[in-house]
Amino acid sequence: MTDNVPVISVTNLIKQFGRFAALRGVTAEFAAGKLYAILGDNGAGKTTLLRTLAGLNHPSSGSVTILGTTRFHDICREVGYMAHPSLLYDEMSGMENLAYFARLYGLGDGVADRKTGGDRTADVIRAVGLDPDLTRPVGQYSQGMRQRMSLARALLNDPKILLLDEPFSNVDLRSARDMVRLLAGLRDQGKTIFVVTHQASLLEDSADEFIWMDAGKILGRAADFAEVAR
Amino acid sequence: MSTGTGGGGSGGGISGAMSPGAASPGDQHSVGVAAPSGIIRATLVKDLRLEWRSKDAINSMLFFSLLVVVVFSFSFDPSAEESRQIAGGLVWVAFLFAAVVALNQTWARELRNQVLDAYRVSPAPANALFLAKTVGNFIFVVVLEVLMTPLFIIFYRLRALGPAWQLLLVAAFGTWALVVNGTFFAAMSIRTRSREIMLPLLLFPISIPAILAMVQATTAILTGEYNARFWIVLLGTYDLVFTTGCLLLFELVLNAE
Repeated sequence: MTDNVPVISVTNLIKQFGRFAALRGVTAEFAAGKLYAILGDNGAGKTTLLRTLAGLNHPSSGSVTILGTTRFHDICREVGYMAHPSLLYDEMSGMENLAYFARLYGLGDGVADRKTGGDRTADVIRAVGLDPDLTRPVGQYSQGMRQRMSLARALLNDPKILLLDEPFSNVDLRSARDMVRLLAGLRDQGKTIFVVTHQASLLEDSADEFIWMDAGKILGRAADFAEVAR
Repeated sequence: MSTGTGGGGSGGGISGAMSPGAASPGDQHSVGVAAPSGIIRATLVKDLRLEWRSKDAINSMLFFSLLVVVVFSFSFDPSAEESRQIAGGLVWVAFLFAAVVALNQTWARELRNQVLDAYRVSPAPANALFLAKTVGNFIFVVVLEVLMTPLFIIFYRLRALGPAWQLLLVAAFGTWALVVNGTFFAAMSIRTRSREIMLPLLLFPISIPAILAMVQATTAILTGEYNARFWIVLLGTYDLVFTTGCLLLFELVLNAE
């Protein structure tokens, strides 16, 4: 799945909030099985682009085609979204949170599967380096642990496309590098991954393409980090 | 990998668990079709669990209702007959205002950490969320009514002269009328800046027919002066119409920006 067939195609995408245009005519194609790093200053439109791809923002004009359809509901099972906030309930443990979200995807809550070793919720929690048996509520987690649990939630439905907004913020360097290794591994398995980040250097060796945004537009795309850094 | 920034018992390693070539967690599982009933149950259980742990809604409702009972009982000293005439209005107004507290809490939980977005990107139907929230609020308000009704009876020396069993119907239909519209309008007002004021502004006018029916039916049953049947049927019809309307429109409300 690492050929150059576009998995996402964006055509003249405009997103306005009142009179403010957060995206001003973005047109781009993204191939399957690649890791894209989306860079840019605050207010460049990175998060708006990601939220629009996730179906959370409706385009003011233009179109977004994902896996051959413009109807997000048809492909929402194939998309994993991690936002800047955790999208988790602070009063519940990580396992309880993920068990609930697993139900929304028709995965069962994992409890019945646990004895057979097929517990998906526990698998993704372990995959991000956390302990599924941790009973503390998420509200008592450190910011870094919360970020990783949030990533686990995004991975829960085994999506083909991962949209990650600032996954490394407030994560210590070693854990951030481990997250990058995990993302690179998922990319190698054929998943298409978009990472909005201000810490581009972390993805220097892993990202297939760096995308630079400013004022609601894509200003440039480059495979070489040094080119973008200039 | 270390336990990360917070440590605290999280072991294992990211790269080890999902390294290139290793099985993805998805390999041995498939994403199935979530039955709406399963989602309703899961969301309801989750909401009851959150309320059990925080007790945000039930505590606020209880204290508010308790204050109404005590303050009004000191303000008036009605005879048993006068109590029967005014109790219907007093009881339902107390429950209505108390319910607003719970209704505001319902969606506030979903806004913290933007958890509602996680629901919106999932394949779960919008109406399953709405029904789960409505049933959850119904349970909270019924718990309040069960706890507060004995106090109303004691403080206002109430005794039904009409068929008392009909009070159960009035309570069930009336409570559903409050929570179904309340849950819907609370969802509409969550993104507004002054949502705690907005909810009563939207909810109270549209609840007037239901409140009228609840008060008239309760008074009819307590005094035994006239038949409550018409008002109970009106309440049932109101519930049917507004539940259908809310179900038809909720997806628009959930996905509004």
